[in-house]
Amino acid sequence: MDDDHVSRALADPTRRYLLDRLFERDGRTLTELESELEMTRFGVMKHLRVLEAAGLVVTRRSGREKLHFLNPVPIRLIHDRWITKYAEHRVAALANLKTELEESA
Amino acid sequence: MSTMTAQATQVYSVFVRATPEQLWDAITKPEFTSKYFYGSLIESTWEQGAPYAGWAGDRSQQYVDGEIIEVSPPQKLVTTWRALYDPETAAEPFSRVTWEIEPAGNGVTKLTFVHDELEASPKTAENVAGGWSFVLSGLKTLLETGEPLAG
Repeated sequence: MDDDHVSRALADPTRRYLLDRLFERDGRTLTELESELEMTRFGVMKHLRVLEAAGLVVTRRSGREKLHFLNPVPIRLIHDRWITKYAEHRVAALANLKTELEESA
Repeated sequence: MSTMTAQATQVYSVFVRATPEQLWDAITKPEFTSKYFYGSLIESTWEQGAPYAGWAGDRSQQYVDGEIIEVSPPQKLVTTWRALYDPETAAEPFSRVTWEIEPAGNGVTKLTFVHDELEASPKTAENVAGGWSFVLSGLKTLLETGEPLAG
């Protein structure tokens, strides 16, 4: 059930973009995140709610502000549950190859 | 791989099918910590002001040094934190680690983990950034299956 939430949350380019922004710098407000997207405040809120429900984003209050943090644990759980079990060595080799080829291109 | 500026406040959370008491034991008893915490034995008398220490499994080396700031079983544990396993992190000031445990219904407990006050400890922030996910994933697996993560 958790895996379903996480997979669905990740299956959207805007939500992946939001996670990447939080990966760069964590603890951001809705206003900060909204400024990086061409989308209404309501739209960004909706995506953040999906990410929060999946546990990929955790919010903490700091004074008046609500800060959003990237929580990598659900992704780690999928990694440990699926990738490590089946294919870590092969996947790592291919991922490295892809990175090398794309960086040298 | 993109570059990453390690965060001065890191927040992690995980839902575990276990009671708050079981989670508390898993965080505070070395026989549990050795199974998911990079093999380390976490030891303290769990009183405010007492030392908080993490040792290598064979006790040949101390990995973590700290002090208990707040202890209220089975809800909250706050300690200071300094990683001794790397000379660069060992030279940095203490940061702060908070474990918050709350029942989430249906036999599930939510663990929220915060590592903060890392502003003056960038090497530590960078060093622990991937590690906590591994530790919390291992903790969940151990409590739910009784087995440590493979590998």
